[in-house]
Amino acid sequence: MEQQNTATAHHVLPLSLYFTVAGVLFVLTGITVAISFVHFGEFNIIVAMLIATVKASLVALYFMHLKYDNKLFMAVFLSSLIFLGLFLTLTMTDTMHRGDIDPIKEHPIKKEAVFYNK
Amino acid sequence: MSVATTANYLNEEKGLKSWLFTLDHKRIGMMYLFAVMIAFFLGGVFAILIRLELLNPGQDFFTADTYNQLFTLHGAVMIFLFIIPAIPAALGNFVLPLMLGAKDVAFPRLNLASFYIYVVGALFALYSIVAGAVDTGWTFYTPYSTTTSTSVISMTLGAFILGFSSIFTGVNFIATIHKLRAPGMTWFKMPLMVWALYATSIIQVLATPVLGITLLLLIIERTIGIGIFDPAMGGDPVLFQHFFWFYSHPAVYIMILPGMGIISELVTTFSKKKIFGYKLIAYSSLGIALISFLVWGHHMFTSGQSEFSSMVFSFLTFFVGIPSGIKMFNWLATMYKGRITFEAPMLYTIAFMFLFAIGGLTGIMLGAISIDIHMHDTYFVVAHFHYTMMGGTVIAFLGGMHYWWPKIWGRMYSEKWARVAWALIFVGFNVTFFTQFFLGSQGMPRRYYNYLDQYQPLHMYSTYGSWMLGVGFLIMAYYLIYSIYKGPKAPNNPWGGLTMEWQTTSPPIQHNFEEQPVLEHEPYDYDTRMVVNDQLIKKEDVKEKENINV
Repeated sequence: MEQQNTATAHHVLPLSLYFTVAGVLFVLTGITVAISFVHFGEFNIIVAMLIATVKASLVALYFMHLKYDNKLFMAVFLSSLIFLGLFLTLTMTDTMHRGDIDPIKEHPIKKEAVFYNK
Repeated sequence: MSVATTANYLNEEKGLKSWLFTLDHKRIGMMYLFAVMIAFFLGGVFAILIRLELLNPGQDFFTADTYNQLFTLHGAVMIFLFIIPAIPAALGNFVLPLMLGAKDVAFPRLNLASFYIYVVGALFALYSIVAGAVDTGWTFYTPYSTTTSTSVISMTLGAFILGFSSIFTGVNFIATIHKLRAPGMTWFKMPLMVWALYATSIIQVLATPVLGITLLLLIIERTIGIGIFDPAMGGDPVLFQHFFWFYSHPAVYIMILPGMGIISELVTTFSKKKIFGYKLIAYSSLGIALISFLVWGHHMFTSGQSEFSSMVFSFLTFFVGIPSGIKMFNWLATMYKGRITFEAPMLYTIAFMFLFAIGGLTGIMLGAISIDIHMHDTYFVVAHFHYTMMGGTVIAFLGGMHYWWPKIWGRMYSEKWARVAWALIFVGFNVTFFTQFFLGSQGMPRRYYNYLDQYQPLHMYSTYGSWMLGVGFLIMAYYLIYSIYKGPKAPNNPWGGLTMEWQTTSPPIQHNFEEQPVLEHEPYDYDTRMVVNDQLIKKEDVKEKENINV
């Protein structure tokens, strides 16, 4: 639909850039694994999501050419991220603060799913 | 004016096939209208049956289990099959391209696909009724929905499929509004109905996928037992409510926003006065769309979510009052010193303002945690959302249907019977639901088929009101269907409206306009323009002529 700008539609990137991005992705995967041995408490999820977001952004920006495409698509992509962030943040105002004022006396029925215990 | 004899979208092509495979937005809109009306009838029958059981305490007509199925089906059918597609997909489909001065929507095939996906989703929902109707309530809350033996999967799968239909309509409308506006129609010269549909479409596209994910997760938990919501498997049942309301709260604005759009059109046409605060009404539609995503937790004050979370959501909830209030006061200011006439659509407009004010203000009450803790899951909540959804959206839908009926069919309905039906619906609605505010505040819980004797008088009034409503709707069905065949021919512009859909014939020709219309004025320029015998003229010209005559 937005094909009027043919110069950007056929943008070709140097191969070296692809390999650099791929390298960074591997390094970040390594960091994800390494960091899983360190416990940050409730910040575990934030760190994990941060790395995952950086990786996904790299893939979208370079491998999927979002950086060089019509800015409309960038806006669509970013707004979807904002909405995901909104959903997670507001849900976490619940999950991270349960029992703050009125302590929960009962333990969870089971800490982890049966599914993961197998 | 021999309107009905000329070629138009209704008679240009004939036969069932020409309807089933049509790409014409007007015909697709009409097929949607037909389908949502069947759903409305079905949901209405469920409602009458619910009220019938509640006429007396104890078991009268249905068992407790059947009663649970009845209120679930009433909710699910009314929400997913009627009220969400009613204004955007049925009326909106018909009027949006006409209001923009376009030939059709941007993607006519997607439009038809949206309708057939709706039909498939509806079939799944109907199948679930036959195969042991769901009894979870339309919200499908876990853990009950993962354990009940009723057909949860087919109903949720139906809602999942209906979601795609809704997204298709949303995508289509956004593209249409961006790309197909007539020359001269800048963003701030669009009719306010278009702004409302735009805001609605944004919510449809952004929120509906989350419902899809939620219902799929529920199905996965039910079928292969992966613990997402079930605490016995490490899940979190409150998480389901977060997921569900992240869609379903914005969804109530999918329902009410286009209704507000209709009211903006009607109030200015029947006051013959330029709309007061055009830009604020337009922005408030977007404002409502944005805020709608931030308040879902107010459905969960008693669910066990954290106190901190409840506080945040309660605080954010009050913000919805601001754009809604802006609209309300602007409509009232539009009426002030206008030349108001009280044809049926205007009667519905006034009913809307009256009922929505009550619905909206009780919503603010319920947004306050201290009150909601007491009112939660009582009839007070039932009354509140019926005042917004039925008193708001359905009344606006009826107003819009009466307003565009002459444009759709090229025929006028009986004004006298329209007023009778309006009066019955307005009074019947208030008798049915105002009593429920009292019931709720006295502690009558919702979704119960039995109750203490002390509640009986109010329950009786409520049931009598539902019969009045039913009679009102039957009269309406009769005179509207009668008008299609026997009604007097409608002029092109029976109400003297200035928006573009009135500049074409009634009913419109297949491609909407003889030639590409160009917008030369703002949508509600009643101070400088008027309609005389279907012709849009400048008031200056009339004055000049009068001067010459003198």
